[in-house]
Amino acid sequence: MYAQLVETGTSKLKSLDEMGPEERQFQERINDEIKIEPKNWMPDAYRKTLVRQISQHAHSEIVGMLPEGNWLTRAPTLKRKLQLMAKIQDEAGHGLYLYSAMETLGADRDEEIDKLHDGRAKYSSIFNYPTLNWADMGTIGWLVDGAAIVNQVPLQRTSYGPYARAMIRVCKEESFHQRQGYQILLTMMQEGTDDQKAMVQDSINRFWWPSLMMFGPSDENSPNSAQSMVWKIKRHSNDELRQRFLDQTVPQLELLGCTAPDPDLKYNQETGHYEFGEIDWQEFFDVVKGNGPCNRERIEARRSAIDNGAWVREAAVAYAAKRQRKAA
Amino acid sequence: MADWPLFEVFIRSKHGLNHKHVGSVHAADRSMAIENARELYTRRNEGVSIWIIPASEITASSPDEKEPLFDPSNDKVYRHASFYKLPKEVGHM
Amino acid sequence: MQNVAKQNTTQKNMAHQNIAQKTQTPLIDYLLRLGDSALVLGQRHAQLCGKAPALEEEMALMNVGLDLFGQARNWLGYAAELMAAELMTGKIDADHLAFRRDAQDFRNLLIVEQPNGDFADIMGRQFLFDAWHVHLLDGLAQSSDPRIAEVAAKSLKEATYHLRRSSEWVIRLGDGTEESHTRMQRALDNLWQFTGELVQFDEIDQAMLEAGIAPAPETLVTRWKATVEEVLEEATLERPSYDAWMYTGGKVGHHTEHLGFLLAEMQYLPRTYPDATVW
Repeated sequence: MYAQLVETGTSKLKSLDEMGPEERQFQERINDEIKIEPKNWMPDAYRKTLVRQISQHAHSEIVGMLPEGNWLTRAPTLKRKLQLMAKIQDEAGHGLYLYSAMETLGADRDEEIDKLHDGRAKYSSIFNYPTLNWADMGTIGWLVDGAAIVNQVPLQRTSYGPYARAMIRVCKEESFHQRQGYQILLTMMQEGTDDQKAMVQDSINRFWWPSLMMFGPSDENSPNSAQSMVWKIKRHSNDELRQRFLDQTVPQLELLGCTAPDPDLKYNQETGHYEFGEIDWQEFFDVVKGNGPCNRERIEARRSAIDNGAWVREAAVAYAAKRQRKAA
Repeated sequence: MADWPLFEVFIRSKHGLNHKHVGSVHAADRSMAIENARELYTRRNEGVSIWIIPASEITASSPDEKEPLFDPSNDKVYRHASFYKLPKEVGHM
Repeated sequence: MQNVAKQNTTQKNMAHQNIAQKTQTPLIDYLLRLGDSALVLGQRHAQLCGKAPALEEEMALMNVGLDLFGQARNWLGYAAELMAAELMTGKIDADHLAFRRDAQDFRNLLIVEQPNGDFADIMGRQFLFDAWHVHLLDGLAQSSDPRIAEVAAKSLKEATYHLRRSSEWVIRLGDGTEESHTRMQRALDNLWQFTGELVQFDEIDQAMLEAGIAPAPETLVTRWKATVEEVLEEATLERPSYDAWMYTGGKVGHHTEHLGFLLAEMQYLPRTYPDATVW
């Protein structure tokens, strides 16, 4: 999930009867699947939660460029280089669509980005893991984007209009990302050397558990889920989405001829679902709190890009002002 | 990006269709806004024409005025083709 | 011819042989100049990923990079076909040329291999190159070689947009703040020594001209100068002298120290795993 642990600021769900007339009307719209639009009345907590969720989602797209950018200069063929560059560019674009949706709530992009840079805002835990070999470009496309898609498809029906519309665009464009990633892995597993096959398995070993963690903690440990579900800015529980992802992924893993680093992974004939081992939530909370392998590097990379560009942005503003004065 | 104002972006996707609002971009001036909109919203041949307008210059109707602004046209059924029942012999019109 | 037969073996063997030197026809050399310049400048854009001064600019820089890698693939693909025909082997393709040649076999212009530096260096390099590239492609679009004419016509559309953007940035930075003006002028002064190569013509250019493949040098020089002068004037920047000392050599494989490192990074995987035939 790209937006993990989004704080809603509400401790208890209100029933319709406990709401004032405006809030009641607002909640009834949501219940009727009518979109909330920027100028509609909305509870302050809804607005704040959405700003938090959408900005987190946008930050994830932008930070998510970095682990792949790490291999863009070393992509092994021109075709792979073009594909990867187009994919990273899409991610920048998706970040921008989302910031744009966030700004319709009255939030300021620069302010929200400042929060990312000084550690106040979160982004997806997955991007704090290093990309150590070329197969990671395949695994990110297959597992990480695969998990993101499972999470994002339902968000196309989220209650806030601009967010839902941004997600529709993102989902449409993202369809090639997962296929691109899987194809990288499949090519190496089917036609590659032993070294290349070992690269693929090593990559899956490192990204398997962090991908499952992307959906966030189990339902009983997600205090904000209930409110987010009522507001329909979250449409399925973390565990439900995680299960959906696992069920679609394991057969693809088998087709690759690879294994998961989980001795407890098995198919349950009765339920028709795959069962998996215990997730190390301590690791998840450490990474979310800033103690993952690459947290500091990622934030530093983003901050220095924006800080080093300050004089460029100022120059563009100064020039625009000069030209306007000339025209006047 | 400080001080790069926000521009709303409208794209005409195919000849004959109206420009449609697609989102916004930040830019220092209008020509940069057109280029940024091109880079962001037409990566897959979506557009043949781009309009940009400073977000600060858009005036939007308020949802509170929804009833006076839009409800009156609700009962003007005669504006819709289906209001006019014609004999089958006329064929498609 | 014995050499040729020996080369017609495996791709692995090919990697260790100096194919560029064994297939020197003026046309192949000319295509390498075009393809290598696009490739190396594209690689400089790949290095910029995540480092743009604004998020919007991130999109724009990668669009330019995508265009350049696409052009490189077209030019090098054609060169590879001609080389394969010379050597009577089907084992050479654009990737082979991009990832298995060493610096001395690269024929790109020196200006495109210069490091990224700050945004003034990046846009200055892009502008000086674009101002030349557009006029060259415009001429090549009329080439007597239909394949070159086709690739050039497609690339021209892309390069025209690149030039529009890089001109605007040079003007914005030149006529923006005091700091941006200083940085832009400094970038221009540093890069200027590499522009001699853009307007210098050798026997390969001459052979292409005679074959009707490439445009006449005089036209290209005049048009490049006109574009540069127009933009620099609007940017309130001082143009260094055309008679200044010029650093040349890229077109014949004598590069600056920067190219070796760029290639070491770019070619790392195919070099480390020479047995891998697919990726």
